[in-house]
Order: sequence, then structure tokens, then C-alpha cells
Amino acid sequence: MKKPIILGLMLLSSVVMALSFNVSKKETKTEPLMVVKDSIASVAAFKQVYAVLMSPRCMNCHPAGNVPLQGDDSHLHTMLPKRGVEGKGVLAMKCSNCHQAENTPGLHTPPGNPNWHLPPDNMKMVFQGRSANQLAKQLVNPKQNGNKGMKELIAHADDGLVLAGWNPGEGRSLPPISHAEFKKAWLKWLQTGAFAPAK
Amino acid sequence: MEKLTLTVNGLAREVNVDPNMPLLWVLRDLLGLTGTKFGCGVAQCGACTVHVNGEALRSCVTKVSRAVGQQIITIEALSENNDHPLQLAWAELDVPQCGYCQSGQLMSAAVLLREKPNPTDQDIDDAMSGNICRCGTYPRIRAAIHKAAKMQQEGVKP
Ligand code: FES
Ligand code: FES
Repeated sequence: MKKPIILGLMLLSSVVMALSFNVSKKETKTEPLMVVKDSIASVAAFKQVYAVLMSPRCMNCHPAGNVPLQGDDSHLHTMLPKRGVEGKGVLAMKCSNCHQAENTPGLHTPPGNPNWHLPPDNMKMVFQGRSANQLAKQLVNPKQNGNKGMKELIAHADDGLVLAGWNPGEGRSLPPISHAEFKKAWLKWLQTGAFAPAK
Repeated sequence: MEKLTLTVNGLAREVNVDPNMPLLWVLRDLLGLTGTKFGCGVAQCGACTVHVNGEALRSCVTKVSRAVGQQIITIEALSENNDHPLQLAWAELDVPQCGYCQSGQLMSAAVLLREKPNPTDQDIDDAMSGNICRCGTYPRIRAAIHKAAKMQQEGVKP
């Protein structure tokens, strides 16, 4: 008679344990913000981050000038469209006049995203020409990164336009590592103190 | 296929189409509005430029579904009697050569003049660099835009 009760209790406790695991899983889902400083790991992680940010898929929309870049050789965008105040182009040359909400089918046709734009004029967030040292410092400086704190920086890894880099449309190379690997390196860099490489 | 209602040049037009069909095909092939031209089909030349809610969209890469519920204006309705200051200036200065690119040029220029009623040469470059003219009428386009701006200031209504 006792056995079924014990069995029942065991079952119940395993259900409770499973439930509590579920709960704790949910809790850990909100991204951990804790920083444990480790300059060596941080700089190593940034090496991967930098390789992605300087790839044409990221850098082409973070130009040094006011004209976006194009292609795997990062040439100036044909037709020389301009950034404009909001980063959405100017006059009869607004980005979304050609760039649709999704990639246009076909080789080298305009890639698309519902939010296609450059950084705005008052916050250019230039990648082109930045050394790893300069870019690392710029990325964590709210005055230069679009007023992003740690939380926003973490969330930015999953931003729609960032993700679009891995869906570039026909005829364009992908960033050097997968988005999952990039996100891992990005978080690692931030969580180990966002150290800038020496150069 | 889907039944879509478009507002083209102020009129409601019903079309039975694949919602992925380029707006340009709908305008030209289904609605017979052939003033808008097909040049490249990949947003490189500007020949297909029409206004969608006042913006100079390249209709060759714009799915018709994007234009549902929006105000679509083609060259046929840039003005009621072909008397937009740009059209008057265009005629006066004999801008077109073969004419193929010109409806696109006019639609882009109209957005420019609306946003910059007194454009500089730089503004003209910035606005018009996406409209290619294989006949090279660029100097006349520039002169006509300046002229139209002047006409507009003197009271000719767009
Ligand atoms: S036909 Fe649309 S831009 Fe050339
Ligand atoms: S007038 Fe011939 S292409 Fe422009």
C-alpha cells in the first residue's frame, strides 16, 4: 500500500522539479547583464565582432561619407544616393523608393528591409576606416552609438537590419561568421568588459 | 491571383493579379497607362518612376501589393492639362531627345520641386542622379528644372 504513495510522491516531486526548471529557464532568458571583466577574452571576442562589422554587409551602410557603399568591394553606391537628415535618403532619392520591405528577387537587385536606412546625419556611427581600437570605443560610447546602454547594445545583436546582413540577396557574400556565432562573440565582448584592442 | 483595388490618378481601379506583380506591369499592361516606361527592371534607371503617396517610387521593383491603399500618380496625371510648371518648362526648352526616360525624369523632378521649391544645382544632382538619360539631355533637364522653379515662384501652379 505504501509503494504507490511513495511512487506518487516521487512523480509529484519530479513534476514540481520539472516545473521549477521551466521557471528558472524562463528567468535566465532575460539576457544576463552581469559583467565579469576579462580583457584577454574580451579582446579575443572583439576580433570576431570586428571582422563582421567591417564586412561589406555591415560596413556598406556605415560609410565614412554621406553616400552608402555597395557590393563586396564596398564601392560608392551607384547613383550616389545621399544619407539625408534621418538616414532615409533625400528628395526623389529616398532609400525606400527602390529598397522594398524584402529582397527583390534576382542577381544584384536591391536588397530590402522594412526599415532600410543609414544612420542619421547627427549620429553617423561610421565603421568605414575605423581601426578595431577606434570602433570598439565608439560602439560603447553613448554619444557615438545612438545613446545605447548595455541593454540596448545586447538587444542590438537581434535588430532587424543587423539580421538582414545574413540575408543579403543574390550575388552578395555573407559576413565571415554566422549570426549565432556573431551574437555569441558580441555578448562575450560586452560581458567581459567591452575592452578595446590595442590597435 | 487576388482582386486588388488601386487608386490610380485619382480613380479606383480594380485588378485581378498576383500581388507580387510589379506595379509597373499593372500600370502598363493591365491599366494601359503606357506613359511610364520599362528601362531596366531592377531600379537602376528611373524610367519607371511614379508617385506613390508623393514619393518617387521605382515601379519596376515595387510589388503591386505595396501600392494598395496608397495614392498612385503616373505621368498621365502629373497635371490636369499637361501644364505642370515642369511640363511647360520641358516643352519650352525642348528637353526630350528620344523621350524614353522623360516621364521618369519629370516624376522625380516633381518631387524635387515640391520639397525644394528653389533647388540649387547640387539639389538637382541629389534628386535626379537615379534617372538615367541615354540621350544625355542632362543639361537641358537641369535648365528646365531651374526654369520651372522660377515659373512656380511666379505663380504657375503645379
Ligand atoms: S525600369 Fe525601373 S528603374 Fe529602370
Ligand atoms: S531622352 Fe532619350 S533617354 Fe532620355
